[in-house]
Amino acid sequence: MSVLAIAAAHAKAPHIDYAGLSPFFALMGGALLTLIVGLAPGRWVRNATPLLAIAALGTAIGLGVWQFGETTSLVSGALVSDDLTLTLLFAFCAAGIGAVLLAWRSHAAQEASPGEFFSLLLFSILGMAILVAATNLVTLFLGFELLSIPLYVLCATELRRERSLESGLKYLIVGSAGSATLVYGLALIYGATGSTDYAGIDKAIASGAGVGGDVLLLSGIGLTLVGLAFKASVAPFHQWTPDVYEGAPTPVTAFMAVATKAAALGVLLRLFDSALIGSQTDWAPLLAALAAITIIVGNVGALGQTSLKRMLAYSGVAQAGYMLAGVVVASQLGAQATVFYIVVYLFMNLAAFAVIVARERVSSEGDDLAAFAGLGRTQPLLAWPLTIAMLALAGIPATAGFIGKVYLIDALVNGDYAWLAIVLVIGSMISLGYYLRVVATMWMREAPDAPAAPVAVGASGLPVIAGGSQEADALDEAAARLQPEVLLVAWIAAIATVVLGIVPQPLFELAEHAGKALTGIF
Amino acid sequence: MTLSILIWLPLVVAVLGAIWGGAAPKVAPRLALVGSLATLAIAISFVVRYDTGGGLQFVTDRSWISTLGISYSLGLDGLNVVLVLLATVLFAGATLAANLRDWDRPGQFYLWLGAGQTAVLGAFCAQDLILFVAYFDLMLIPFYFLTGIWGAGDRDERVRATTKLVIYTLVGSLLMLVAAVATGVLTAQQHSTDLTFSLAALARLPLSTGSQEWIFLCFAAAFLVKMPAFPVHGWLPDGYRTMPLPALAAFSGVVSKVAAYGFLRIVLPVFPDASVHFQELLLLIAVASILYGSAMAFSTTNARLVIGFSSVAQMGFITLGIFALNQDGVQGALLQMVNHGLVTLPLFFIVGLLAARAGGSEDLRDMGGIAFRAPVLASLFLIVGLATLAMPGSANFVGEFLILLGVFRAKIVFAFVASVGVVMASVYVLRAFIRAMHNRVGPSVDSREVTFGDLAVLAPLVLVILALALYPQFGLKRSEPAAKASVAAVSTSSNAVASTAEAKP
Repeated sequence: MSVLAIAAAHAKAPHIDYAGLSPFFALMGGALLTLIVGLAPGRWVRNATPLLAIAALGTAIGLGVWQFGETTSLVSGALVSDDLTLTLLFAFCAAGIGAVLLAWRSHAAQEASPGEFFSLLLFSILGMAILVAATNLVTLFLGFELLSIPLYVLCATELRRERSLESGLKYLIVGSAGSATLVYGLALIYGATGSTDYAGIDKAIASGAGVGGDVLLLSGIGLTLVGLAFKASVAPFHQWTPDVYEGAPTPVTAFMAVATKAAALGVLLRLFDSALIGSQTDWAPLLAALAAITIIVGNVGALGQTSLKRMLAYSGVAQAGYMLAGVVVASQLGAQATVFYIVVYLFMNLAAFAVIVARERVSSEGDDLAAFAGLGRTQPLLAWPLTIAMLALAGIPATAGFIGKVYLIDALVNGDYAWLAIVLVIGSMISLGYYLRVVATMWMREAPDAPAAPVAVGASGLPVIAGGSQEADALDEAAARLQPEVLLVAWIAAIATVVLGIVPQPLFELAEHAGKALTGIF
Repeated sequence: MTLSILIWLPLVVAVLGAIWGGAAPKVAPRLALVGSLATLAIAISFVVRYDTGGGLQFVTDRSWISTLGISYSLGLDGLNVVLVLLATVLFAGATLAANLRDWDRPGQFYLWLGAGQTAVLGAFCAQDLILFVAYFDLMLIPFYFLTGIWGAGDRDERVRATTKLVIYTLVGSLLMLVAAVATGVLTAQQHSTDLTFSLAALARLPLSTGSQEWIFLCFAAAFLVKMPAFPVHGWLPDGYRTMPLPALAAFSGVVSKVAAYGFLRIVLPVFPDASVHFQELLLLIAVASILYGSAMAFSTTNARLVIGFSSVAQMGFITLGIFALNQDGVQGALLQMVNHGLVTLPLFFIVGLLAARAGGSEDLRDMGGIAFRAPVLASLFLIVGLATLAMPGSANFVGEFLILLGVFRAKIVFAFVASVGVVMASVYVLRAFIRAMHNRVGPSVDSREVTFGDLAVLAPLVLVILALALYPQFGLKRSEPAAKASVAAVSTSSNAVASTAEAKP
């Protein structure tokens, strides 16, 4: 007894700011609770778990709003809860809510058991939050893995579809390679600077350690960049993206496309614009070249795709290039433009993916472009959000995509990277080729003569396996109808895209707060 | 009453029509017509209240995106007051013409037409560079849908036409976006001021010559494609052949003017040094457009393309006037923009009537011999045709005269070559008129007189053309101070160039 008391008195437990950590706790608690509730017998679990997940995400957003404006260092400098963390947390949670709604009545969630599905989703979001909040290389890697591992599982949740399993396996292999590269890079940075702490690294670089041609630091930065580039699907490390996106269940694809990308860019922002800002002259040209390659490769790759999910995968690669351009300039303006674009990108993509989910459930063509022919006439309620999303991704005025591009171009020209701005608009020009093809298919082609009869995708032909749920198959009948929650996601995202294109000032202010959190850049 | 009402009314009405139109198919067309007439009435009220003394009037200036220094800034001055009126007249005419026939999914058709009008009016009124670019890019979307969904020809032709239209236009527009942002940012850097995109402010703070030149080229690319001018007109034949006629009339009549207006509003005042530097290049393009457009217009047999290529020639004249870089040329160009807009709509509408009488064919070889049975139609066509070829007495004559006068003073060689275009215009107009109205009766021609509805579209426009012929001062008086202001920066710049050139030897 007394020994314990003495030990407790002598051990220096780090001070823990529970208020600052509360959003993280909300996510973790929600994940655990969802997992436990999911074990309960009965059909009600199917609706209870997504509701719980949404409640947890909502709570995290609420606590984030409460903490907004305060910069607190958590757990003795392992994490920081500042406006950048919280802004990105809002984005992750919004994407999470969207994904939960899209997955509510999907095959994936039912086959993998809803409790596990939604719990994994929440854990992944927790990983993202930790990743962007990390101010230490070790927590960075922890967050990175916590983000990734649930996603590998989520990709493979449609247990009876081979493509889904293949997608999960591919992602696991490529993701592991990325993680390995990243951890190597982090180790080298530690070796060069003698610190795992961002502030310590910054100080070491500022005091001259490893500046200029130091091979150790440069290879560390390079490998770290490669590791993160895998996650953000930055070319030439993007090859996994189309396959994984196409194979994964669409709600999971939507989540990966939006949230994972936001997390990877968020951590790039924090790492490069605070810890490594001292060697900006070394990494900026490299990053600029990567951004330019990504923009071109992504846009050109998307041109030939007929699967909408593959097309959006390539378009996501290109958009990652646009956002990376904001990191390159290492200025307040660049960071703010990146944050702004991350949020805008979230809405544009959620709208598109929601429509794909709705379409996939009723059409025999799946996510093929042909499934969208004549949609403008048969289902304008679905055609409009997708039209808005495509036009916004292409950067047409009166949508948030236009403002986002103006902001990025502004940042680039200000940072003396006008050539990258030109590459960016050349990319946009190419992108019109495929975005408008989708619009043209919906509005200018007739629907196939025999209206696609609702095809219950899972009911026929899929093998019954142990653990497979007969009820999930019966659910397909219900799924064939247009589902209100999917429509809701599509419309909210589309309306947000237009409203932010006309009244962008609130988002500008949010981005400004987020940018100010990076105190090392001006 | 602010300019915002004028700009947004067509879109609001169109959205209402699209919402109601689902239930009753007649609602959307009538509502759109009422909306376009109301917009016209508002525009007239602005013109009546406009003080011809000059200066920017009816100004709305609110901060839109304060972080980037972008403002929602509108205003009328001598450059755009008549063009705004022209746009509302033409859109009212186009809406009326569209009302005469039934469209598939009318709610959406009028939605896009209304959206197009809002974008065009916004581009004319914008006094902020980014706002202008936004409206300018936005103009494309409605016409993309109008062409793709309701266009003539089969699906592949329509898709090809829309693809070309979009690619050509957006290559220009997106370069312009970079150029516009660069203008603001570089101005702020070079003069160490706050970031602003206000056109008035940018005109006061000229950029260094080096930056002006590449920015000028980006803007010129965007505007020349939209006009279209000679080497970058590739989208025109497919686009003009497939676009539905009311939309085409509005597109050719107004949208091309936005491009020409862009030169006057933005390029000349904000990039004066580059304008002087590239004057001869632009004059060359203008002359090439005149010659190429005229030659094509009298060799093609498609009636729409005759008008289409004649627009290339006419827009060439307008560019010529603008890059004479003196007051006569600019005023002539402004007047000619109005004139050309006014003749385009009746011409395209008449092509529609002729095609209806020639068994649906728009080929001149299938027409002929209509005048005998349809004298009213023939007379209206003749009046519009004579205005197009700039018959002395028409306002077009005044416009072309001023343009050539301006160019004679600036660069005499170009003026001589361009004069050929005046002659060529009479060739292609009269050829089209004779082929369509006289000659032997075409194989499947059914000569009918115009109906009351057709007359309701044509007569007011022809009356406006006649009125302007009698009183071209209507446009000239209003544009004079603004034209002076527009070339003021350029003439200082060219004087500077001239004086350094003299000082050198």
